[in-house]
Amino acid sequence: MDIVSLIAAKANYWTYVILLMVGLYAMVAKNNLVKKIVGMVIFQTAVILFYVSIGYKKGGTLPIIMHGHDHGHGVESVIKAADYINPLPHVLMLTAIVVGVATLGVALALAIKVYQEYGTLEEDEIRKQIELKG
Amino acid sequence: MKILGTITILLCGGLLIFFTSDFPDFGDPKSPASIHLSPYFIEHTLEDTAVPNIVTSVLADYRSYDTMFETTVILTAGLACFLLLRIPTKEVTRRYYLHEPTGVTLRFDGDRYPKGSNVFKRIDSNWVPYDIIINFTCRLLIHFIQIFALYVVAHGHYSPGGGFQGGVVIGASIILFAISSNLRASIKRLGEKAAAIFTATGVFIYAGTGALCMVIGEHFLNYSFLAPLLGTDRIMARSHGIFIVEIGVAVAVMAVMIWIYYNLSSAGKQDEGL
Repeated sequence: MDIVSLIAAKANYWTYVILLMVGLYAMVAKNNLVKKIVGMVIFQTAVILFYVSIGYKKGGTLPIIMHGHDHGHGVESVIKAADYINPLPHVLMLTAIVVGVATLGVALALAIKVYQEYGTLEEDEIRKQIELKG
Repeated sequence: MKILGTITILLCGGLLIFFTSDFPDFGDPKSPASIHLSPYFIEHTLEDTAVPNIVTSVLADYRSYDTMFETTVILTAGLACFLLLRIPTKEVTRRYYLHEPTGVTLRFDGDRYPKGSNVFKRIDSNWVPYDIIINFTCRLLIHFIQIFALYVVAHGHYSPGGGFQGGVVIGASIILFAISSNLRASIKRLGEKAAAIFTATGVFIYAGTGALCMVIGEHFLNYSFLAPLLGTDRIMARSHGIFIVEIGVAVAVMAVMIWIYYNLSSAGKQDEGL
């Protein structure tokens, strides 16, 4: 396998791995809670892109049956699965995006609560305050 | 922590990139994800449900349990934001009023604020004069955004779209209104109570359709049992059932987006905000 076809076949996975690692790094190493949340969203987006790219088939069109408007009566030719890209990852990610937005809302609400309690979003300062109290 | 994090990330990323050699090639029609279940969905969606958009038919018919509980997750997220942040407005005592003839801003503490006066205008504490261009453009745009959202919901059977997308677009239009004018004007039009009731109504429409199927027929969320109620054959009944469920999803998603925005932008006071 020569290098060009290798890159063409796997470049999408490499992109998502890099995005995944950017998000993971932000979650592990950043000190600010909002930056951690942003890292979580980047991580989530990488997973969503990964799923959507799995569904792609070469030569396939988007998963809506062509000439299917008259409830199947006009379709005399057989519907072949190879002509349409895989709809399943799209369905899973469609719901995952909306649920991701909702959970992002909960994460930001928790961040607001933390800020109201400690007056800061920096993790080390919060930890210092907790140690002083306990 | 930064060095340790970097080493872990590089190790993880290196391993992941190394093992992508076992993954199917990009766009390979014979990849494992595309040969087991999805050919059935693609080939049978028209004869099973009469819905050409396979994503819609899988979302609301073949995998309708999944979608129902996703809607429940969204309801739970809205409730969690509400319970975490909401503070009764009665505790807010400091208010700012703009005296419009002179342009002087006054601060009122406690109960002594001008009620029902038409020269004083309530403003936020971080108030800046509204830009007339932004206000006017948003006022023009919002109607078209909402019409488009209704089209996305209603046309989800035949083109890309459906309940989730349309609901998010309606929610975004109302959030746009709240940003371009102010939070109080938006709450006056669609209050928090309405948002909460709409959220629960959306989930109820979804689960109620399922329960109705169970009462008439014998399976939860098998829309073909709705055929005698809708006056169509069993396959078209599934198409209509999907539409009812999508409306429920759209209502729930729209209301949750607005509800979360109200609570986040005002830190739970819902008195003044972005």
